[in-house]
Amino acid sequence: MALIPLLAMVRKDLQLFLSDRRSVIVSFVVPIAIASFFGSIFSGPGSNSEPARIAIAIIDQDASAISRSIVAGARADKSLKLAMPTEAEARDEVRRGKTAVAVIIPKGFGEAAGNAFFGNGEKPQLSLLHDPSRGIELAMVRGILTQHVMEAVSREMFGGEQGRRAVEQTLPGIASSSMPAAEKRALMEMLNSVQKFYNQPAAGGAQAGTGRRGLTMPYNVREEAMTAGSNIAYNGYSHSFAGMAIQFLLFAMANAGIEMLIERQRGLWKRLRSAPVSRLTLLAGKAASGAIISLMILLVAFAFAMIVFRVRIQGSILGFLGISIACAVMASTFGLLVAALGNSPATARGVTTLAVLMMVMLGGAWVPTFIFPAWLQQLTVIVPVRWAVDGLDAMTWRGIGLSGALIPVAVLLGFAAAFASVAASRFRWEEG
Amino acid sequence: MVLPIDVPPEMLDIKHLRKSFGSLVAVDDVSFTLAPGQLVGLLGPNGAGKTTTVSMIAGLVTPEQGEVLIDGARLGGDTDPKKRRIGLVPQDLALYDELSARSNLRFFGALYGLAGSALDKAIAAALELVGLADRRNDRVATYSGGMKRRLNLAAGLLHDPDILLLDEPTVGVDPQSRNAIFDNLEVLKSRDKALLYTTHYMEEVERLADRIVVMDHGKVIADDTLDGLQSRVAAPAGGHATLETVFLTLTGRSLRD
Ligand SMILES: Nc1ncnc2c1ncn2[C@@H]1O[C@H](COP(=O)(O)OP(=O)(O)OP(=O)(O)O)[C@@H](O)[C@H]1O
Ligand SMILES: [Mg+2]
Repeated sequence: MALIPLLAMVRKDLQLFLSDRRSVIVSFVVPIAIASFFGSIFSGPGSNSEPARIAIAIIDQDASAISRSIVAGARADKSLKLAMPTEAEARDEVRRGKTAVAVIIPKGFGEAAGNAFFGNGEKPQLSLLHDPSRGIELAMVRGILTQHVMEAVSREMFGGEQGRRAVEQTLPGIASSSMPAAEKRALMEMLNSVQKFYNQPAAGGAQAGTGRRGLTMPYNVREEAMTAGSNIAYNGYSHSFAGMAIQFLLFAMANAGIEMLIERQRGLWKRLRSAPVSRLTLLAGKAASGAIISLMILLVAFAFAMIVFRVRIQGSILGFLGISIACAVMASTFGLLVAALGNSPATARGVTTLAVLMMVMLGGAWVPTFIFPAWLQQLTVIVPVRWAVDGLDAMTWRGIGLSGALIPVAVLLGFAAAFASVAASRFRWEEG
Repeated sequence: MVLPIDVPPEMLDIKHLRKSFGSLVAVDDVSFTLAPGQLVGLLGPNGAGKTTTVSMIAGLVTPEQGEVLIDGARLGGDTDPKKRRIGLVPQDLALYDELSARSNLRFFGALYGLAGSALDKAIAAALELVGLADRRNDRVATYSGGMKRRLNLAAGLLHDPDILLLDEPTVGVDPQSRNAIFDNLEVLKSRDKALLYTTHYMEEVERLADRIVVMDHGKVIADDTLDGLQSRVAAPAGGHATLETVFLTLTGRSLRD
């Protein structure tokens, strides 16, 4: 391969790219703007900002000790923002998306729940009105609600008036029930102890009234976000900048491929082909200039994210560079593919825009792949963007070492080799 | 007694070239030669096969039949050094509009392995010849059509080729620019370059052509000197023979039949 023509091709393509103000803005400014926006949305709660609360409504039609206690628990919960509208208002709010979930506690809930608690009553129903687009919040509310209902019901049943009554009613019934004798004895002993517990005089304020404790969650949770280290926060900008930089460098390379079609239309490939330059040099020159431009787009975006949003490469810097370069080479060979398979610049533009958008969507550049259904997550391993995004995530906020870069680099270079060989075999070399 | 002497091979020898696109035979059994210091006019109407012929000579298109010999040898592939002996001036304005004339020429020169001061000298000489030295740093997009044509010519002769293939180098150029280009070609002829000049117009080649090859529907229908051609054509009342009249005489039909 001749060095002088190769370097001249790279230099010329860089000059052309940088002389086109529109492409420079689209490649450098737009991804930074979009990534900043998405980063601010997807960023985990920072240390100084309140976690987002889920807006819920409770309609207490019961007004029993238990239902009031559920409402009090929900009001005190840090993950919930509680409102108490009428049912009609609540339905409207949920439909408009202003409230994620509305909980209706029907009349008689407390009574029925208390009876069901000791196992011999019909279970009452709690209605959840929810916004179908907010499934994750519904699941969270369901879990949080379980805690508050269990606490309220058990507190009342082990310490409240309703519990005392329930035990009194249940005890006589046991003797006449069809339970085996041993179990009968055991249950009666237990309820007798409960009754004794009720009849104890309250020892101090903490034991009385609302200070009484029902069943509580038998554990507390210490949550540790598995990022690069115990004191390093997840930085949503890492992901958004990786995703957007990759999207726009792919656009830039698709455009470079289309520029090759335009070069052909304008007769420039006649000059290239009439010169004593090998086909390998011509393709390598194009691939090299594309890889350099792609790498510039990626590194400029990350430099911005590092300076402005404190994104850090917590993993291996070498691994980060390796993935960046492999991604840039993959993108530039994708450009060659566009040039080889495209007919006219206009048709190629439409098809490649669609292809790039599909790749970045499926590759998790817009939304992380973990929210995809399982089958789609598995399918997206055939999308090179997925490997690039996951690899860059691994090197930035996940803080994985060089070993975590090896497979993404190998896979991206594999894609590059495949793209390049298809491009070389399908490229039109005749300039008729 | 006549001694048998070796006839030196022609600088450019085109033998029985043929090329078709699908069922259309664009070039059919085309042969002619070109010698140093000579300008051959390749004359023919639209679609006659001129550009396809030029493309085969430059190695852009592989002929189905026939061969192109440069000093008696075929081109041996993409990187054959003999390609340096050919300079192509394409019919299209094959230039990067967003780059300056100098950047364009730097790139085209580098394709031929030129670098450093050799490249700088070649660029200066080429720009000087076509009269664009003072506009060398301006973007080509700001050039007039005639200036672009001249730069297109400069790009083809940057590496000082012996054979210049000029595919309609004066299309869309005003008479003054055309004269400037003709002056350039005179200079090149005097430097012993071999020139192949493609055009629709008889008048274009009258001034410069030593020989005229007339093509129609892919075939050579005449290969003669200007005088020879003129003598075969009934020139209209003492005027000049045009492609139109040549055509009428050679084919018995008018150009736009
Ligand atoms: N790549 C191609 N595919 C199909 N047909 C082609 C191709 N290139 C040329 N042709 C056809 O071959 C014929 C000769 O074309 P060519 O360009 O050689 O003519 P030309 O003499 O240069 O014409 P013009 O004066 O218009 O430049 C035309 O009919 C043209 O349509
Ligand atoms: Mg032509």
